Amino acid sequence: MDLKKQLKEGLLTQNPVLVQLLGMCSTLAITTSLFNGLGMGVAVTAILTCSNIVISLLRKVIPDKIRIAAYIVVIAGFVTIVDLLLQAYVQELAESLGVFIPLIVVNCIILGRAEAFASKNSVAASAVDGLCQGIGYTVVLVVMSVIREFLGCGTFGAGILNGGKGYVLLGSQYPASLIAQPVGGFLTLGILIALTQWLMRPAKKKEGSRDGLR
Amino acid sequence: MDFGKLFTISLGAILVNNFILVQFLGICPFMGVSKKMDTAAGMGFAVTFVMGLASAFTWLVNQILVLWELEYMQTVAFILVIAALVQLVEMFLQKSVPALYDALGVYLPLITTNCAVLGVAVLNVQNEYTFLESVVYGITGGLGFLLVIVLFASIRERLEFADPPECFKGFPIALITAGLMALAFMGFSGLNVPV
Repeated sequence: MDLKKQLKEGLLTQNPVLVQLLGMCSTLAITTSLFNGLGMGVAVTAILTCSNIVISLLRKVIPDKIRIAAYIVVIAGFVTIVDLLLQAYVQELAESLGVFIPLIVVNCIILGRAEAFASKNSVAASAVDGLCQGIGYTVVLVVMSVIREFLGCGTFGAGILNGGKGYVLLGSQYPASLIAQPVGGFLTLGILIALTQWLMRPAKKKEGSRDGLR
Repeated sequence: MDFGKLFTISLGAILVNNFILVQFLGICPFMGVSKKMDTAAGMGFAVTFVMGLASAFTWLVNQILVLWELEYMQTVAFILVIAALVQLVEMFLQKSVPALYDALGVYLPLITTNCAVLGVAVLNVQNEYTFLESVVYGITGGLGFLLVIVLFASIRERLEFADPPECFKGFPIALITAGLMALAFMGFSGLNVPV
């Protein structure tokens, strides 16, 4: 088990959003403020780590034919727990994430890691993998949230920092509210992925692999 | 029966609150299966079909959950219903309409993890729709999905011949195209339908 390698994979070379292109819906939809992005990232990381542990524990018990259904039930169980916890203790977050909390069940990152990693590896390695992939996902969400919140609302950390008010960085006449709209989500993510491809380009040429990702 | 409300729901689901471009539901198949026109259309029809069925069944399941005060099991129950439903539809099509089954191919099982399907089930409960309204919302939501994925696929077919900067090739330029489509769909938010 190689902690450093797994962390690097989660953050950059195998980043779930930027490289594997999984979990697009939530990435695009909820990254309108740092509060939402961070909340969603932490929720997904917790669920991903827990479900990876449980699925890894059960990997010899679950019959091959019904494994996807079994994985989904495990994941749905954890999502329900997180949903109830958020509603009880962090109600503003539960309200602003709305329908996207139950939709974590069908977030391809979680099912993808269950199928690709947890069903084949030991419990400890699966836990670390879940944590690293979750951190990679959270970092992308936070970066996108900060960009979109700054350009779209002109604030930083509204909802959590500075007693819930956040820091106002731009006067109210400057922000382009378009960026906080769906359009901005697509554009920001498109540019971020282009940036990743540009950053990873020299490494790719050295390996002599194909250009681009898809 | 209130046709006005059904019409408002339909128009909302197809244009004003389009599942893909406004509500961000079902982005994975939207990005993954939109390289060719015919596969995109196949996926769109399959999703429409399953969304209509899922709306009907999850509405019934929700009534049972409410009756037994088990609302907190909603997510688990819904995803199981959808997974079973997709499996049933797959088996049914394979036996009785093999032509359609072949056309949809691998896209059928993928629909289980399409967030538009689970999304429509959860939204039906949140909006407190009646049975008929739920089914209409499901089907028209699916039609909106079909419309956008077909439009997007036809743009992407032409995008193949475009020459964007190296690092924008493939996925990023597709996302930016989708962003411009979302911009166009924002125009529909001005539509005011009298209820």
